[in-house]
Amino acid sequence: MKKCTLGWRMLLVACIVMAFSLPAWAAKTIKIGVIGPMQSLEGRDHWAGATMAADEINAAGGVKVGNEKMQIVLIKADSNEDKNITDASNAMERLMTKDKVDFVVGGFRTEAVFPMQDIAMDYKKIFIGCGAATDALCDRVGTDYKRYKYYFRGTPFKSSYLAKTSIMHLLACAAVIKKELNAPIKVALVAEKLAWTEGMVKLIQGYVPKLGMELVGTWQPSANATDVTAELSAIQKSGANIIFTVFSGMVGITFARQAGEFKIPALQVGINVESQKDGFWEATKGMGNYVFTMNTYVQGVEQNELTKPFMDGYKKRFKGTPTYTADTYASIKYNLVPAIEAVGSLDSDKLVAFMEAREYLVPSGKVKYEKNKDGVYTHDLTWGPGYLTSVGCQWQDGKLVGVWPNNWMPDPKNYPNLKITYKGMVPIKLPPWMKKQ
Amino acid sequence: MDILITGLITGSMLALLAIGFSLIFGVARIINIAHTAFYMVAAYGIFYFSIRLGLNPILSMLISVAFVTLIGVLVYKFIIDPIREHEGAVLIATMTLAMFLQEVILQLFTGDFRSIDFMIGGYFTVAGYKIFYQQLLTFGVVLIMLLAIWFLLMKTRLGLAIRSMAEDREVANLMGMNESRLAMITLAISVALAGFTGAVIGPLMVLNPHMWMEPLIIMMAVVVLGGLGSIKGSFIAAFILGFTEALVVFLVPTGAFLKGPVALIIMILVLLMRPEGLFGVAFEEER
Repeated sequence: MKKCTLGWRMLLVACIVMAFSLPAWAAKTIKIGVIGPMQSLEGRDHWAGATMAADEINAAGGVKVGNEKMQIVLIKADSNEDKNITDASNAMERLMTKDKVDFVVGGFRTEAVFPMQDIAMDYKKIFIGCGAATDALCDRVGTDYKRYKYYFRGTPFKSSYLAKTSIMHLLACAAVIKKELNAPIKVALVAEKLAWTEGMVKLIQGYVPKLGMELVGTWQPSANATDVTAELSAIQKSGANIIFTVFSGMVGITFARQAGEFKIPALQVGINVESQKDGFWEATKGMGNYVFTMNTYVQGVEQNELTKPFMDGYKKRFKGTPTYTADTYASIKYNLVPAIEAVGSLDSDKLVAFMEAREYLVPSGKVKYEKNKDGVYTHDLTWGPGYLTSVGCQWQDGKLVGVWPNNWMPDPKNYPNLKITYKGMVPIKLPPWMKKQ
Repeated sequence: MDILITGLITGSMLALLAIGFSLIFGVARIINIAHTAFYMVAAYGIFYFSIRLGLNPILSMLISVAFVTLIGVLVYKFIIDPIREHEGAVLIATMTLAMFLQEVILQLFTGDFRSIDFMIGGYFTVAGYKIFYQQLLTFGVVLIMLLAIWFLLMKTRLGLAIRSMAEDREVANLMGMNESRLAMITLAISVALAGFTGAVIGPLMVLNPHMWMEPLIIMMAVVVLGGLGSIKGSFIAAFILGFTEALVVFLVPTGAFLKGPVALIIMILVLLMRPEGLFGVAFEEER
């Protein structure tokens, strides 16, 4: 009984000591808000990437800020932005006012990231966007640098570069069709109706005829469409042998599944965010075979020496392949933390000046921030050989494999000998039902 | 031909949803906003029993339909019945229930998209247009359900009682009918219909915890267009909106995303021009 009483007293003393020492302990932390739709894979990957980075950094002793070591503390904020933009604004406001974070990473839907960006700028907090692609998010930095300079793009590169890369993928697929089927290329453009696709649709509509291909039509279903049989019927009647997809929502699964069930004789290429996920095969009941999409990470493909350790670490911990929103990892580990250590401060203005001028490796390539035509930093990611290019991947018999860049010639006129191939690439395959046509 | 086939298939899906909703409103004046949430629960039930537990799809369907019907009865007994006289309260309660069911599904299955296997795989071609056997099955089930409801309402004592109550609640009560019990039975039938809808449409859909919202809006547009409480009206209105959707997709390909808004515009126009709908009766507040 006496021992028990003593034990309770010791516990009480420990609690009091902890409570009084909390402010001192709390002062030695760096608070990073991780914002995203946490009920969806995109948000869960925001969180997964951030926790991996924080755990690795904390295990190694923390972040050296001047003369002291600080631990990273992550604050999870569920933006629910894929369903409700107001929720996203509220989540960001809470990070600023209640949690008083030092930095924020995340964001997914452009429509939600705009207000999030404004809130973070109001509080002069560095916000690294890890999900939204719209050019305008970084154009704002260039046009109103004083206000928006705290925003950086973490991933993916901007929409117009996504479109540019997709054109490369289109050309790669067209070459295979020409070689194997000797048929003229007819392209059906199918893009979900969301802000981020608008620029891409215009660009692709303008580009396809210039490439000697016929654009047979443009279809724009809702991002949450659950039935696209009418669209598929019209596409098949148009005689298209390539379906250029621009999907980030649920329609990516609907479209791939129904097109596979109907055996539409066309190769799907472009962006289909749902097809980047491990669960795509099961979600389409295997009907998503031969779907080609742009991606950031594919098992077995290595962009540089950082790719494999990141992929292996993620797989070991989360039992899967990271999607691009898991680049919160790179944003914390290779962007924020080295900058804080170099500057020796958490001051946003000092950090911005250092961060924007850096060039550094991340698991998906190399980061260099762009300037606009007036020479003002936009904090947008540089695209191209040697920097970030993304990976083209295709579902082949239940496995997502890397197919691009595979002997890609980025500038055949000026550099005819420059061919780029990432480690782990395999050839593009056409659906067998295309060959029976 | 494309528009005809697409319109028929879309219309049959909408009809199946709208009939159950219309039935409970026509009989008991209950606006059950959770109707499509029950359909979502049934679809997830089939996913759980057939994919997770590996049970036979037909058995999974029966278990799921029975399960949602049971939930429906419990909901009536403990939530709707005590507040039935206040239509606004019922509306809010069923809306809250739908959101609650959404959150439960979200916690149990996460927000990831899921799919169910087709009950009948494959497709056939009519005039160059491809149709899934599953879509044909949906069309067939709609017809069977309609026949079953017609038989129930017109040829059975229960149907007679339900019709009497729909005609005049108070008189039916005075004639010795247990009005509350009849409303519960009708709600159970309505929820079972939503469950069957989830069972036959589920394989054609992508499952997610928010899948009840979009059909709810279109279903309400169907019900308003057809006339609140009119089963015949719901059936015809479902096909009108089905054909409208098909027309939008085929005639304005770049405006395919406008399928939903067009249905809503029709609903608003009907409310403005003929509030009782095509086949509805203007209900009196007091009898």
